[in-house]
Order: sequence, then C-alpha cells, then structure tokens
Amino acid sequence: MPDDTKLDQNAQTVWDRVAASREFRDLMATKKIFIVPAFIFFMVFYFLLPILVGYAPSFMTIKVWGDVNLAYLFALSQFFMAWIVAALYVRAADRFDALSRDIIEAAQKPKDEKGGQ
Amino acid sequence: MFLIFIAITLGITYWASRRSAGANAFFAAGRQIKSWQNGVAVAGDYMSAASFLGIAGIIAFQGYDGFMFSVGWLVAYLTLLLVVAEPLRNSGKYTMADVLAYRLQPRPVRAMAALSTITICTFYMVAQMVGAGALVALLLKGSGISFSTAVIGVGVLMIVYVVFGGMLATTWVQIVKAILLTIGAILLSFLVMSHFHFSLYSFFDAIGHVTYHDQGREVVKDFLQPGLRYKPPYGPLDLISLSLALILGTAGLPHILVRFYTVPDAKTARHSIIWAMALIGSFYIMTTFLGFGAATIVGRDFIATHGGNNMSAPLLAQALAGDIFFAFICAIAFATILAVVAGLTISATTSFAHDFWTNVIHRGVERKPGEEVRVARVSAFVLGAISMVIAILLGPTVNVAFLTSLAICVAASANLPAILFSIFWPRFNTTGAVAGMAVGLLASIGLILVSPSLMAIDPPTVTGSARHLIQAKAWFPLENPGIVSIPLGFLGAIVGTLLSHEPTSRHKFNELLVRSNTGLGAEKATAGH
Repeated sequence: MPDDTKLDQNAQTVWDRVAASREFRDLMATKKIFIVPAFIFFMVFYFLLPILVGYAPSFMTIKVWGDVNLAYLFALSQFFMAWIVAALYVRAADRFDALSRDIIEAAQKPKDEKGGQ
Repeated sequence: MFLIFIAITLGITYWASRRSAGANAFFAAGRQIKSWQNGVAVAGDYMSAASFLGIAGIIAFQGYDGFMFSVGWLVAYLTLLLVVAEPLRNSGKYTMADVLAYRLQPRPVRAMAALSTITICTFYMVAQMVGAGALVALLLKGSGISFSTAVIGVGVLMIVYVVFGGMLATTWVQIVKAILLTIGAILLSFLVMSHFHFSLYSFFDAIGHVTYHDQGREVVKDFLQPGLRYKPPYGPLDLISLSLALILGTAGLPHILVRFYTVPDAKTARHSIIWAMALIGSFYIMTTFLGFGAATIVGRDFIATHGGNNMSAPLLAQALAGDIFFAFICAIAFATILAVVAGLTISATTSFAHDFWTNVIHRGVERKPGEEVRVARVSAFVLGAISMVIAILLGPTVNVAFLTSLAICVAASANLPAILFSIFWPRFNTTGAVAGMAVGLLASIGLILVSPSLMAIDPPTVTGSARHLIQAKAWFPLENPGIVSIPLGFLGAIVGTLLSHEPTSRHKFNELLVRSNTGLGAEKATAGH
C-alpha cells in the first residue's frame, strides 16, 4: 500500500483508466444486476420473520401439522432460503470471475509493453 | 468424573495441536488453506459457547424465540458473502483496520478500529467465560465450587494456556473441534429422537406442551409459540432490533473477517463461506432440536437448579446417555470455548499491540525488540481479567447466546458502516470513519448499559446473581439496541464525512474500487495462522 502513494501520476491513472473502461463498467453492471435484487430479496424475506411473528402472532401460530405452526416452518425455511441464495450467488460469481480475469489481463498488458511497473 | 472431562479436553487439544504443528509446516511449504478447511474453521469459530450452549439454553427455557437467534446467525452469512467478504479479500490487506487505512489516514482509523475490536472481543470473551465457568461449576457441583470461583480458576487457566501455549488458535485446531462438536450434536440429536421413538409428531407434540414452574406455579406452555421471551409491549420491536443486529453484525466481526485472509483468493473465500454456511446451518437446526429436547426431556426446573440455562445441552446429554457422554459433551464444549478464547485473545491483543501501541502511539517504531509481543501478552491478561470480572458480575444465568448477540450489535453499529462506506462511497473520509465508529460504539454500549439486561427492579424472590446490577427501571426498553445504535452508527459516519473534505480519500477510491471488484493487484495470502 505505501508503494502506491509513492508512484507517479502514471500509476494513479491506471486505476482511473480501468475504472472508466467499458469492461470494468460491464463488470459492475453485471454484479449489480444480481447482487442488488438478491440482497433486497433476502433482507425482505428475513425481516418478514420477526415482523410477522411480532405483529401478526395469531396468524403465525396457525398449526399446520400436529403442533407445528407457521412460525416454525417459516423460521426453518430461512435456512433453506439462505442456502439457495448462496448457491445462486456462487454460480453468478463465476461469471464475475471471468469478466475480472479479462480486465486483469487487459490492465497488465500495456504495463508489460512499457517494461513493467 | 471431572477427571474424565479434563483428560478428554486435554487429549483433544494436545492431539489437535500436534497435528497442527505438522499442518502448519505443510502450509508454510507454500500450499495454502483450502476452501473447505477454511469454511470449517470459520464454522468452528461460530460454533462455540454461544450456539451450542446458549441457543440450546434459550430454546430450553423460552422455546421458539431462541430459534430467531439461529436464523439471524446463519442468514448473516449472506451479507458477508454478497457484500463484504470478496471486496475485503481482494483489497489484499490483513485486518479490517488495514482495509480502512487503505484510503483513509491510518492513525485515527487504526486507533478507532483497535478500540472497537477490543470492545467486541471483550463482550465475546465474557460470553465464553460465563459458559466455561458454568461448565466447570456444574462438573464440580459436588465439591461446592461456586460459579465465581470457577470463572476465576478456569479463566486464569485459559488465558495462561493461550498466552504461553501458542498453537491453540490455529486453523487446524478449529477444524478438529468443529468436527467433534458436530459429531457430538448429531449423536445428541439422534438420542433425542430415539427418546421419542423417532416420531417427529410426538416430539413436536411434547414441545407443544412443556411443563415447568414459573415463580412457584406450575404452567404448561406451547414452546412452538413465539413470544415467551419477546413479549409485548416492546417484544416485537426488540425482536426486529435483534434481527437487524444479527444480520449486519457478522460482516463486522473482526475475528471472523480476518479468517478470509488465510485463503489464496476471493473465489476461495467465497467457497469457504459456502462450506461454513452448510455446517453452521445444519448445526443450528440440530441445536434447536437439542434445545427443544432439553425443554421436554430434562425440563426447565431441573436445569435451573443445576447450572442454569447455559447448561441445557450437557444436561440433556447426561439425561439421555449418562455421565460419560455428559463428560464428553462438556469436554468438547470446553475445548471449543478454549479455541474461541484463543482466537479472540489473538485478535484483540494484536489489534492493541500492533494497530494501537506500535502504529499509533509510537508511530510505527518498536522501541525495544520484543516489545510488541510483551505488550500483547500484558493486554491478554488485562482482557482476561476484565472479562472475568464482568462474567462474575453477570452470573451464570445470563444466556451466552444473548451476550454474543450484544457483541454482534456493537460490531454492526461501529464497524460495518465504516467498512461499507470505505468500499462503496467515494466521498467517505477519515472524519466520517472515526465519527461513525465512535458513535456506533457509544450508542450500542451506552444503550446496553441502560437496558433491561442491567437495569430492572427485581422482586425480593429474585436473589443472588439473578438480580439485576442496577435496581431501577430501565431507561431503554429493548434488550438489543441495534434498531437505534446501527442507524446512529451510519448517521455518524455520514455526518462526519459531509462535514469535512479529504481529496486523497476520493482519489484512492478508484483504486480500491477496481481492486476490490476484480482482484487486480491483490496480495497472495500468507500461510495459515
């Protein structure tokens, strides 16, 4: 990290250049398309649990099978929701990785041509 | 019987450390920790006193509401996975303080980070001390050792062992303990189900009709019903507050974050979280079984007079399979506590010695060789002493999962705003970071101090350590201050940022942005610690 502050103007513009490049902006857009909705979804799904349990108790205590009520099943479903969202993210992330690799290669090529950092 | 326990604990720890010596040499030879190994180690960090003893305890005493803790703890990993883990790993630094110091001025930020790390570790440590003290007090019940004595004795032993024993916090030791704990939990769950003749129907039927004595009167409660812990008028709000703290706090826990630097790259970090989630999720589903099992098979009355709610899981083991199994479960629980204490001590003391003492006070210069190590050792003893005192003051009936949730609330209020804004907000600056962390820390701790955990008016029937520390009506009505302190933390960071200008921080944003999203220039991990 200290090295970066000592490097000349050139190095700083490398980051700015990459940040402004189309490939990087594609990467960010691709990430946002997945991560933002996924985040909102799991937050809403998750918070529904304490909200319903706290403010709609008569609904949540409806028994579904024997003594098992909706509250218990909904809480249990949170575990599966988390696992599923995580698995979906890992799949999406493979795509992010591919894009990142391209960006890294592109960023390192001009440096090599100029004789390295 | 206590001797069996000691023998098993020492055996586990010794064997794991020996293997660890070999494993570390292996890692140091250039290979790095695989994702499943790191995942299991992360899970091991989590599956400590809090989950095994604590959640089982809340569920055994108050039913459904305890489940909310488990849910929050697992889903929190999604926040980590989707938002925090990879950017942090890609930014290539070692601790949370390093990441914050990337764009911002190092000294003030490291000082605040050290402060919050130490605070959070202290809370966590107190939970471990309560758990360990309760375990030992229960095992030595015949000899009349009190909880306080147990805490002091065990606490001193643990700290000494950790400071001079070295290897305990290593990844491999965590892995071994996580596996043993899982096996123990599986065995216990199996025994619980066999008690009910493997009929889920009769198991849940029993849970629906739990009998115990509340202030002398016999009551029958449906333990599947929410609301036994979180009652109106403030219960629902408290529950939301708890949920908020849990889902955001894990992504701000220093000793969890640091685990992601021992993997080679972001992709491995990602996969290790998946492994951790699989293990932790399954484990938590099992502990709810254990909690309900303890509620129905052992009963709240028995547990209350035999060590308190934190001892629900071991007492269940005893009820189902006798003293040897009881000693086995206690030993594994104790060994895991020891490992977590080791991890916390290292996290807190290196933060103090390295971030604060050397970098902040002495501007990066170690005045005498070995000074940093000595400072770390001394701070370990201080941390241990403070945690022991607080643990004794709180007593054995304070649930350890609850204590841990408070630590997580502090993490969410103080650390998370700084981490998030550092990664995502170009305008963010040092004043913002310091303000945010300070406000978050003060708000969360301050509100905890005046919450019903510490302040209440007890009737004369409540005696000893069960009495609240401050006999007055609580100023703040919620057990968990998250719903207030977390927004305040964010607000503090925002206001602090807007009130000052720091162009260097803005310049460096693109660098951090590109690095954290692509991994360009990320440091390779050092060998596992």
